[in-house]
Amino acid sequence: MSDPTKPGATPADPARRAALKTLAGAGTAAAALPLWARYTHAQSAAPIRVGFQMHATGIGAAYGRWYDRTTQAAARVINAAGGINGRPLEIVTEDDGTDPRRGAEVVEKFANQHRVDVAFGTLFSHVVIGSAPRAGELKLPYFAVSEGHHVASGMLNRWTLQPGITDVKSQVLAVAPFVAETLGRKVTMIFPDYAFGHDHRDFFSEAIAAQGGEVIAKLAIPPTETSFTRYFPRIPRETEVIYHVMVGPAVLTFVKEMGEFFGPSRPAIFGFIDSLEAVDLRSPGLDFLEGTYFWEGMPRYVQPDQTEFDRHFRAEVGIDENGASASDPRDVSTYAHMFGCWETLYIIKRGMDAAGYAGPQDRQKLVEAVEAMTDMAESNEHPQGAKLFNGRTHQVFGQQHVSRLENGRLDVVRTVPLEETFYPDEVDYTARPF
Amino acid sequence: MEFGPYLMLAALEGAVTAAVLALMAAGLSLVFGVMRVVNVAHGEFYMLGAVLAFVVAGMAGGGALGFVAVLVAVPLIVAALAVAADVTVLKRVGYDPERTIVATIGILYIVQQVTLMGYGPDARPVAAPFNQRIALPWVEWGAGGPSLYWPWGLSITSYKLFVIGAAVVVLALLWVLMTRTRIGLVMRATQLDRETAQAFGIPVERVYALVFGLGAGLAALAGVLIVPIQQAHYLMGGDALLLSFIVVIIGGLGSLSGTLIAALLIGLSDGILSVFFSPTLAKIVATLLVALVLVFRPQGLMGKPER
Repeated sequence: MSDPTKPGATPADPARRAALKTLAGAGTAAAALPLWARYTHAQSAAPIRVGFQMHATGIGAAYGRWYDRTTQAAARVINAAGGINGRPLEIVTEDDGTDPRRGAEVVEKFANQHRVDVAFGTLFSHVVIGSAPRAGELKLPYFAVSEGHHVASGMLNRWTLQPGITDVKSQVLAVAPFVAETLGRKVTMIFPDYAFGHDHRDFFSEAIAAQGGEVIAKLAIPPTETSFTRYFPRIPRETEVIYHVMVGPAVLTFVKEMGEFFGPSRPAIFGFIDSLEAVDLRSPGLDFLEGTYFWEGMPRYVQPDQTEFDRHFRAEVGIDENGASASDPRDVSTYAHMFGCWETLYIIKRGMDAAGYAGPQDRQKLVEAVEAMTDMAESNEHPQGAKLFNGRTHQVFGQQHVSRLENGRLDVVRTVPLEETFYPDEVDYTARPF
Repeated sequence: MEFGPYLMLAALEGAVTAAVLALMAAGLSLVFGVMRVVNVAHGEFYMLGAVLAFVVAGMAGGGALGFVAVLVAVPLIVAALAVAADVTVLKRVGYDPERTIVATIGILYIVQQVTLMGYGPDARPVAAPFNQRIALPWVEWGAGGPSLYWPWGLSITSYKLFVIGAAVVVLALLWVLMTRTRIGLVMRATQLDRETAQAFGIPVERVYALVFGLGAGLAALAGVLIVPIQQAHYLMGGDALLLSFIVVIIGGLGSLSGTLIAALLIGLSDGILSVFFSPTLAKIVATLLVALVLVFRPQGLMGKPER
């Protein structure tokens, strides 16, 4: 605590005045920096700015960390290969706190303050749903990497696209036959109680009914919940299969408590790897999951038939053969999802190349160029596999995997080709005005 | 699940919640009782306990020995931090009720954001020193008289039992400290009348620092105990703070026995209501209880009316 009566600290102290003056001068120079910096570059060499809406804090932080690493790696690789239209790619990161309201503010900040060309990178569906309307109003192309069905359902707008990751509806269509044939027909679902979980609830119920199965109980759990045992008694005794998908910081607790609840006499279990993304499968308390099955968007553990593209992707992002950080084997990635950032950045690049994108005035051309895309071959740009983009619904389709947990690692037992993940269009965004 | 085993599971889950809640609320209640300070940062001391448990467990190595080190060291570290906060912040604002609320809100954000910067936004687990699943039997009245069977899901883990036991022991020790020791006498004297206590030579400021540290230490201990069940996360203090306030308001601010009763009431009702109905209803009922207490018995169940 400074004492204002002491001579050294008085406001009139000359040394302090001088310091203030210097600071003020430096501050003015710093504030003016963008003005003169702008003219040192030719217009064409200015970077393409991509606003990255990152779940740096809040319940999506583990995904945010890996979405960031993947995004930075992809940007580095794109820039090393000459950037977009000869211009470097610059990632402008803003934390959205995994919060819908903050998400909309971040979109606004991107458009009005950072002056980005496009925004991208959001995972949690409530944040996407909170942010997309603002992006639409600001006419800012908004590329979600979210899995939610909200894009293809027609709920959002022409400026919002999801070209880098498949949605829940096609994922559950891919896995429902496996669940019904191999595991059982009486299913109890456990899912987070918000848009993403509701997508699972609605579409899996439909998909399993089409396979002659039935969802006999639905347990919705708030995504911020930290204690789960109290939900489990609602699992009916006749349950043959538990279908679980959980998100948030407490996923490990969720799975552990499920194991403690069932003890030695568990039903068959099918989970979405979301329940254990960024979690080491050898963590104590997870032994009971041996022999259970998981959906994976992209296999976390290197498979015998690993493609050169997967090898390239792992090497560039810094991922080892177990899906953990190459520098810290305890830092497990969100491997089944984060490829979406990589692939989306390449779509943005391809779209901008095709549209001859020169600046924000070409944003509409960019959206139209992406809408015109269809096939995406398996390549370094699309390491997860070949994809088909539907320009009318703004949603991409791709292959899905079912993996079995054995000896603490996941091995793919079935790969569902993308043709089996189609469903009829629910919207035609191309008919909507910009 | 049948009604009987279902109820028993709900009660067991509720007992674990009640145990942790009682520890935390006892700290909050103590600080308010003696110092008349509404400590809004109390939930962050709980979070700090959990987070430091992760850090210290990492340094001490796993196993039972490491966990004992955590149990001893972490509450002491957090208590020391709280004493420092008391001396540097609360003492400076003269323990003025309004200003301490604002000051502790500031401490809340500082602790939370420093944790976010240092520890990161991830939830991290600490392995329990022991964690056997104990399946519990249930009596069934069949044709041949009563017989035992093991229903699906009716179980508890040895660690959860330990949490309940540990909370009971710590609360008993706290009660002994407050009623049977000289230091407890000094605290109660300060609580009763600060100025008279000072006139009798009690170093009130040191008592305040001690009490603030003790309250934070109790919250940290609750955090340490819960972290093998849940995980350490920088936002975990919010809900815990809310529930402790509910408990303390229902029990009566400053009353240890009231806090204990209210913790049991809220813990069990939370366990049972959320198992049978929904966790949201449990929160609604808890909040309703607070409203009823505030209307009909503002001093709380065991609190004494203002003189």
